[in-house]
Formats: sequence, C-alpha cells, structure tokens
Amino acid sequence: MTPNAETALAEDTQALVGSDGTRVRLRAEGVRLGYGERVVVDDLDLDVLQGTVTAVIGPNGCGKSTLLRALGRLLKPSRGHVLLDGRKIDEMPTKQVATVLGLLPQAPTAPEGLTVGDLVARGRHPHQAWYRQWSGDDEDAVAEALAWTGISDLAERPVDELSGGQRQRAWISMALAQGTDLLLLDEPTTFLDLAHQVEVLELVERLHEERGRTVVMVLHDLNLAARYADRLVAMKAGRIVAQGPPAEVITEPLLREVFGLEARVIPDPVAGTPLVVPVGTR
Amino acid sequence: MAAPTQPTLDPAAREVLERVPGRRPFRRGPVSGVWRPRNVLVLVASFVVLVLAVALNVGRGEFPIGIPDVLATLFGGGDPSQQFIILELRLPRSLTGLLVGGALAVSGAIMQSIARNPLASPDIIGITWGASAAAVTLIVLGGAGLVGALAAVGLPIAALIGGLVAAIVIYGLAWRKGIQGFRLVLVGIGINAMLVAVVNWLLIVAQVYEAARATVWINGSLNARGWEHVVPVGIALLVLVPAALVLSFVMGALQYGDDTARGLGVRVDRSRSLLLLVAVVLAAVATASAGPIAFVALVSPQIAQRLVGSSRPPVGASLVIGAALTVLADLIARTAFGGVELPVGVVTAVLGAPYLLYLLVRQGREARA
Repeated sequence: MTPNAETALAEDTQALVGSDGTRVRLRAEGVRLGYGERVVVDDLDLDVLQGTVTAVIGPNGCGKSTLLRALGRLLKPSRGHVLLDGRKIDEMPTKQVATVLGLLPQAPTAPEGLTVGDLVARGRHPHQAWYRQWSGDDEDAVAEALAWTGISDLAERPVDELSGGQRQRAWISMALAQGTDLLLLDEPTTFLDLAHQVEVLELVERLHEERGRTVVMVLHDLNLAARYADRLVAMKAGRIVAQGPPAEVITEPLLREVFGLEARVIPDPVAGTPLVVPVGTR
Repeated sequence: MAAPTQPTLDPAAREVLERVPGRRPFRRGPVSGVWRPRNVLVLVASFVVLVLAVALNVGRGEFPIGIPDVLATLFGGGDPSQQFIILELRLPRSLTGLLVGGALAVSGAIMQSIARNPLASPDIIGITWGASAAAVTLIVLGGAGLVGALAAVGLPIAALIGGLVAAIVIYGLAWRKGIQGFRLVLVGIGINAMLVAVVNWLLIVAQVYEAARATVWINGSLNARGWEHVVPVGIALLVLVPAALVLSFVMGALQYGDDTARGLGVRVDRSRSLLLLVAVVLAAVATASAGPIAFVALVSPQIAQRLVGSSRPPVGASLVIGAALTVLADLIARTAFGGVELPVGVVTAVLGAPYLLYLLVRQGREARA
C-alpha cells in the first residue's frame, strides 16, 4: 500500500479530532455557498464538536441559515466540503446520513389535517421501508419522543389546531424520534412569543444534557443564544467573525462590528451569561 | 447506526398495545404498518359500489338482464346467450370504464400529493390534453388508414408520448429550485389552454370524417369499447398500481416539503420524477383508451381523502372510487336520456365542474387570507 492510500484510509476511518482533543462531528472545509450566481458564504471553515450546543448568530442575510443548510446537506457547496464524522457528506447515502443527523427547517409545514402522532412517526422514515412502516422499534421511539416532549396527550390532535409552542414541540419530537445524535435547528423560535421561545430552548438544553445530543442552531435573539448555547459563532457577510464561549464572543466591540449596534454588555442576572442592552442611536 | 431503544414491555404486550394513540400496530413477520380500520371500511364499501355499478351497467341495454343473472354470468354461470351479450358485447365497455377511471384516479392521487394541491391533477394541468393532442394529430394525419393494429398500437403510443412531453414541459417551466404546487398549477393551466387550442385547430383543418371521429374521442367516450381497449389499461394498471403503492411510502415524506423530506433521507428529485412518470403514464394510457374523461382524476382522490380522513389522497381508495365513479357516470350517460347515449366525459364534466369551481373559490380565498 502506498503511503498516500494509507493516509486516505486513515482519514476515512478515523474520526476527526479538534484542537482540544474533542471529536469533530461536522466540519465545513473552505466551503463556498450560494444560490445560482450569487455567493452568500465564501471560504468558510467551521468545526462542530461532539457534545456542544452551538448557536450561529448574525444580522439578516449574513448566511447563517445558508451555512446550516449546507451542514445538513440541503445545499451542496460549489467549492470545499462538508464532512460528517470525517466523511464527505454528499458522498454518503442520504438515508444513512439521516440516521445520524436530523434537521428541522425554518418554519416547516405539516400536511393539512395530519395528527401529531403521525407527524412524530414520520421521523422514523430513515429507519423504515415501504413494507415496514411501524415496527416495534418505531413505536418505542415515537412513544418515548412524545412523552419526552410532553405531548403524548396531543397525539390524536391535528397539527394545525395546535398553538405555536405546541407545534414546535411536535416538530422537535419528530426530530427526536429520528434518533440522531446530531441535530440542526434553523431558527426554532421564530414566530413564538418569549415564553414559548424559552420553553423550546429549554427543551433543546435538556436534549443536550439528558440525551447527549450535539446541536447546531441558528438563533436571532442574542441573549437567548448566549444563555442556551455553549458555543457561539458570529457571522457577518458570509464570514465567521468570532467564535467561542458566549462570554468571549458577545462583547461591545463585536456587536458594533457585526450588528452595527451600540450596546452595553452586562452579566445576565439569572444565568450569568452576557446580556445585551442596546443603547440606540438617540 | 444507533443502538435500538430497550423494549420496556414484554414482546407479547408490545404487539397488541396501542402505545401511540391513533396508531395501532399491524405486524406480521417483517411487515408492519398502522392498522386503520376506516381505510379498510372505505375500500370494502367502494368496492361493493363498484361491483353493483358494473352489474347495473352491464344489465342495462336493448336486452335488459337482472343484476342476479349478471352477477351469476360474471362469476361463470348464465346461459350461452347471456354469456355472449354480457361477456362479449357489454363487459368490455364497463371494464374499460373501470380501468380507465382507476388509472386516472391513481394518477390524480399521485400528482395532488406531489404538488400538495388538489388542482394539480392530470386533467387540469394539461397531461391528458397533451395525450389527446398527440392522439388527435395521429387520427387527423392518419385519416382512413388508421385502422386495426395501427390504431390499437399507434394511439396509445402517441398518447403516451404526448402526455410525457406535456409533463416535461410543465415540470421544466414550473421548476425553480424545487416544485411549488401553485406554480405547477398555473403553468399547467396555461399549457392546457394551449393544447386545447391545438386540438381545436386540428379539428378545423381535418377532413369531416376524421374530425367527427376525433370529436367523439376527445369528449371521453366508452362507446364500442372491446377487449382490445381493456388490455392496454389493464396491463398498465397491473404494473403501475403496485409501483404507486410502493412509492406512496416516499410520497408520505414528500408531503412535508423538500427540506424536511431531504432531512429524512429521501432523494427528493429522483423520487418525485419517478412518481410523476408513473402518474403521467397512467393518465396517458387511460386517455388513449377512452379519451380525456374530465374530472375523474381531480375528484376521485379528493372524495377518497375525505372518506378516509387522511392528510393526503390514499392510492388504494382513490383507485376503487375512480373506477366506481366512471362506471356510474357511464351508466347515467347511457340510460338517463332515453335513446340518446352521451359520451361518458360529458357526464363527468357536468358532475365535476361544480367541484372545480368550489376548489378555485376556496383556493382564491386562501391566497388572499
């Protein structure tokens, strides 16, 4: 075997390891992303480490959702690669990826009249075949996911009759039933009032703490991102400006640079994480 | 793969208990699914209606035959004259209607599911008219030479090509990084109008005899249908309905939109193209046999969906309901107006048009809301 082939094999079988020795689950390597001619993200590198909750923040149009779509193989980079556990994600069978990586698109839509039980059961799709659509394992996983998100008693209700918060819990329950240890959430709190935003993010926190899920999510609210994520990735105009623990990322100079926002940063009186207080322009 | 979750119950209890409300398991060996009694009930009931409709339709005519005699003959009994009248003269007509209706309904169920829009039926967005335009072209150009084997083989093939070309054009024009139901419908309605214009133009330039022949055909007629019309649709259904049933597993995931479906490991573009191909072939073969019978593909899946109470048109129930509807419409067309026999497509159009209006009004309201 030539040395080259050996390294290639090693790369393929060994999990990638980050600078601090933690396993890298997802890696973006010099990716260029865009739609048609328009380039939204260029030459971007990112590591998502095992067991972390990463929140991607940035102003509208900075490419954070585009990045998340690429990490979830919904968008193919025109340059560079996304690696899942060291393998090129778009060379893996998509059904196999779906047993490891689950994703929740922004504002997902359920078919009209669908019940919560049927919605959550759809999460089992990657584990099923046309003749095997409701195995014992499927039922275990769905019953557990419903119970865990506290919506077992809603199972027979149509999804479109639920409140926004309940609906989002149903979708997270579906992602949970999929049984993947990696979860990508694209703005899971949009269209929710503050109480339900907190409720959904506490669910994500529990997923991470009790079920060991690795989570990457796009969030709009900086204070909630700082509280519920243990890593922040701040993006501006398709590039990563800063990344690291919230206390290192959320600083007054960074807010000015990334968001063009004059603000004070004080410790959150409840969680101790950074709290952004805008100064405003007048 | 992740380790399976530990079963919390002993295996026997696991097989019978409904642990997710509304999703009672049905399991035999490697096969499993959700037991939905309402689906089975709808299937059985519509099948009974279908059998009665066929028996009634076969019994009516110059020599009326009672339903018991018809049923006896269909299942192997009856005297020779009854056998001849029923099996040779009348049954092929009803069977053609049954198969054509079933094929159109399954085609409609698939397309409505893919586009998540009931208006995206092959009879609304120009698939059946694509098939018709090609077939009418053949009738007009073929003239008196289009008889026998040439007609039997040429018409279905022309219809198939016409349907496929129409589908490719519509899909291509409507595609913008994915398919959105309303764009597919709008493009399809435009293409449909163009194809109707093409057919009308062909009828004007055609010789009188060919024009008359084509006119009867484009109204959707089951008149003088023999076994040669039964066989092609029968074969198409035999191959494509199982395919549709297998693919309906993926169809369920496609319902959630492209991103969610991809996240669930569905190869969205490939699956959708395959489903579309099945739907187009079914619609084209049906059109080749009986002309573009209107509204069966639109209405049957919607009736089936409401009866079953599902979130998308069910393939099996749509098939049986489409078949029953078409045979019933043929019965009305043959017998409701005394000596005058109408083409079946006229009846389905009269019955289906109000429903189309209802859908248009409702969607217009939703679009404004």
